[in-house]
Amino acid sequence: MDAIISQYIDAYYFRILILIGINIILALGLNLTTGVTGQLSMGHAGFMSLGAYTSAILTVHFAVPFFAALLAGALVAALFGFLLGLPTLRLEGDYLAMVTIGFAEIVRVFFLNFEPGGKAVGFSGIPQVTTFTLVWILVIIVIYLNYKLLNSRTGRAMYAIRENEIAAEASGVNTTQLKVLAFTLGAFLGGLGGGLFAHYMFFIEPGNFGFMKSIELLNMVVLGGMGSIPGTILGSIILTIAPEMLRIVQDYRLLFYGALLVILMIFRPNGLLGDVRFYDIKKRFSRKEVKSCQS
Amino acid sequence: MFFEQLINGLTLGSTYALIALGYTMVYGIVQLINFAHGEIYMFGAFAGLFLVAAFGVNIFWALLGAMAFCMLLGVVVERIAYRPLRGKSSRLSALISAIGVSIFLSTLMALLRGTNTTRYPQVMSDKTFHLGSVEVSSMQVIILLVSALLMVGLQLMIQKTRIGKAMRACSQDIDASALMGINVNRVISFTFAIGSALAAAGGVMVGIYYNAVWPYMGTMAGLKAFSAAVLGGIGSVPGAMVGGLTLGVMEIMGVAYLSSSYKDAIAFAILILVLIVRPQGLMGQKISKKV
Repeated sequence: MDAIISQYIDAYYFRILILIGINIILALGLNLTTGVTGQLSMGHAGFMSLGAYTSAILTVHFAVPFFAALLAGALVAALFGFLLGLPTLRLEGDYLAMVTIGFAEIVRVFFLNFEPGGKAVGFSGIPQVTTFTLVWILVIIVIYLNYKLLNSRTGRAMYAIRENEIAAEASGVNTTQLKVLAFTLGAFLGGLGGGLFAHYMFFIEPGNFGFMKSIELLNMVVLGGMGSIPGTILGSIILTIAPEMLRIVQDYRLLFYGALLVILMIFRPNGLLGDVRFYDIKKRFSRKEVKSCQS
Repeated sequence: MFFEQLINGLTLGSTYALIALGYTMVYGIVQLINFAHGEIYMFGAFAGLFLVAAFGVNIFWALLGAMAFCMLLGVVVERIAYRPLRGKSSRLSALISAIGVSIFLSTLMALLRGTNTTRYPQVMSDKTFHLGSVEVSSMQVIILLVSALLMVGLQLMIQKTRIGKAMRACSQDIDASALMGINVNRVISFTFAIGSALAAAGGVMVGIYYNAVWPYMGTMAGLKAFSAAVLGGIGSVPGAMVGGLTLGVMEIMGVAYLSSSYKDAIAFAILILVLIVRPQGLMGQKISKKV
């Protein structure tokens, strides 16, 4: 499958398409925690790093099959997501943000000193088995499951926690359980994306998963529109392509990137597709005569 | 040995505290984590370097010059990147805008000066004092004195002056303050100016103390200072001072007695433990949720 596609697409664009897919998986995970449930997480790269290192160590040192390693990486990340979700029972807003930042930094420093992971030099020689087909099949599965989840009772309860936690609790939503669930699921997708990333780049180092990576993922969610699946996908696509497009300005690339974030936020404060859901789009296309009357 | 490490820790901690004050004051009034604050600290360090290298001024003029420059920078950043967003968007949008400013400023400095570290010129002869068996360098004395002076000054300004009273009012309830005739925008600009000036003072002193400045120095310092502010209880001015000093001392002690390769992790691990036990920080007030 990959061989057929790569005949028609330039290797450079092919690479960007794969990275877009991986970023969509990562960003959808963060979207569950931050966008939907409203628990500000600024350490998503920590989960990514756990998934990447776990799966890479399993395939390289223990010759575990790729799929099993990928799953193991995601499960380890999910376990840590669960453990990190527990303090959210007591912490709020920016205190929580600080704990997630701290968590990601601790994970980074741990892998900087972790012998089987190659320490600060980085971990090389990972088999390059992530393919375009695999990534995009997973993307489609993840989008579908996300869509199913967010339209279910559980998903709506998660939105309710973001909108007003006290009201949600009063309406019988088990906020504690759902917040931990959101963290665990978000971390699972983070670990999955990390495993795919490691087996695509075949070289990883702790610097790949620093604070800036977490911020980049948060940008995708907020820029696209918090809690919106189409928005998160759009945000991931734009912010993966933007640095590549900005290569024409060379050294000034990050300067423009920073300015772009400020300008987009000033003109679209709620993100490009703030709270647009698949449901709304479908409604608009299928029944044109009915104007949307939501306020 | 222990007391020397304590002095080292207090020195580092007081620079964290200076930066943390800017975070906590801005947060107290507009509930924004000003991620560009670390970059303002970095600009302060470079402004001091420029003044010393180009005009050969002594350290105190360099400090004042850098503080004045960063006041201006802080106000301009607030004006361009945060004010247009205020009131009409979620707090997260303002946060992303702050991150944008942070990336912009650090890249700007990297383009101007290159990404390598620049050494600070010798600004003062380095003397060492002996207090019993404890050695203290003159630079440490200056850092501790200047920080103490700035913090006392800040505390006096917040408690005694008219603008300080306005700041306290805004941090309690910004809408009610506006109704009482306080020019909220001016108070916010003033807060950014004061916070940035304190960060600049921290930047110049760290630059001289470690004899090195580089364009990305703001990121880690900003994170540490933000965790200091959270540790103390974000929004509380004395909390930022206590949090900064605590974090500095703990970090130095951790490096001295545990392991230096885990330096950055120690500070964050302590922070997480403290927050699990005391979710509102060391000196933060527990605010009961209102419906």
